[in-house]
Amino acid sequence: MASGEPLTSSAYIVHHLTNLTVGQGFWALHLDSLIVSGLLGLVAFVGMAMLARNATPGVPGKMQTFVEMLVSFIDQQVKDTYHGKSPLVTPMAITIFVWVLLMNSMDLIPVDFVPMLLGLAGVPYFKIVPTTDPNLTFGMSLSVFVVMIVMGFKVKGFGGFMHEVFTVPFGAKMAPVNLLFRLIEDIAKPISLSLRLFGNMYAGEMVFILIALLGLWQLPLALPWALFHILIITLQAFVFMMLTIVYLSMASESHG
Amino acid sequence: MNINATLIGEAIWFAVFIWITMKYVWPPLAKAMSDRQKLIADGLAAGERGKHELELAGKRSADALRDAKAKAAEIIAAAEKRGAQMVEEAKLAAKVEADKVVVAAKAEIAQQVEQARAELRGRVADLAVAGAEQILKREVDAKAHAEMLAALRQEL
Repeated sequence: MASGEPLTSSAYIVHHLTNLTVGQGFWALHLDSLIVSGLLGLVAFVGMAMLARNATPGVPGKMQTFVEMLVSFIDQQVKDTYHGKSPLVTPMAITIFVWVLLMNSMDLIPVDFVPMLLGLAGVPYFKIVPTTDPNLTFGMSLSVFVVMIVMGFKVKGFGGFMHEVFTVPFGAKMAPVNLLFRLIEDIAKPISLSLRLFGNMYAGEMVFILIALLGLWQLPLALPWALFHILIITLQAFVFMMLTIVYLSMASESHG
Repeated sequence: MNINATLIGEAIWFAVFIWITMKYVWPPLAKAMSDRQKLIADGLAAGERGKHELELAGKRSADALRDAKAKAAEIIAAAEKRGAQMVEEAKLAAKVEADKVVVAAKAEIAQQVEQARAELRGRVADLAVAGAEQILKREVDAKAHAEMLAALRQEL
């Protein structure tokens, strides 16, 4: 809590929803999102890489079994949906699921815990859940969007891609309408992808903050919401991954 | 919702993590998993093959056992036959030998009887002469009575 301000409910909420920011205007950086997401990702992926380097085809250890189960589950989803040949899709799906799951899990840390500890160290704001920052969700969904477009060009070629843009779904005579439909469809993809994750996590975090305002009553309420939230955490990570796979498979298969 | 350069930073993080996963996480794990799959499939196939071979070996051993039994029975039958034959031969030889012995014994007996008879003849003649000498109490001209004695000897 920022010192000296009167402790009102709205001040408390606003404080919890403010990012640790450096810089001004567009070039401002949310340090908390960047640091937390980066640390989680580095721990998870460097750890997995070290484990994978020692992976044995013989009897696997417990950790290897766990990671293999997770990874082969994701690979199965990819195989079921995406029938192209790109070696990028499975690693991308693994990255999305693991990373988003870990970042969402930060929501389960009690809302005051980290901001208060860091507050003692002189850090005024700290938002621990990176997925409640639209910069992150848009950063991911726009990356997916770019991969999707590039993959479309690569698989169908420039001519094939343009042919699809102008003739699907109503045929060549309705080319402008087709283009309009296609634009709406493609623009809607990254927006819905990122806003879905952001909205779910932001709302969940908001409910945690509101529960934290209830004083003693937060104890019986925070637990059930946390339990319920575990479902949302997993589900949102899965949905983001699954939709990415679907978009990429749509980009690499012709529509008609 | 304030969009700013954080978006670019997060996109960079995203790209870095995808790169790590694509280069260092997924390929070795996928390789380990497919290798293990192959290992298990090979193991199962080897087990199946072993089972098949065991079955074959069982069949082979049963065949060998049956052959051995048949052969043994054959050998026993031959041996029995040969034994009977040998006994028969021995019996025949023994009979021949016995007949020979009997014939020899009979011949000897006949010869001895003849000899005893000849001896007895001599003795009886002597006895008769001695008896006559006693009775007559006189010298008998042996030469004169030789003819009569010879006739007597013939009568015996």
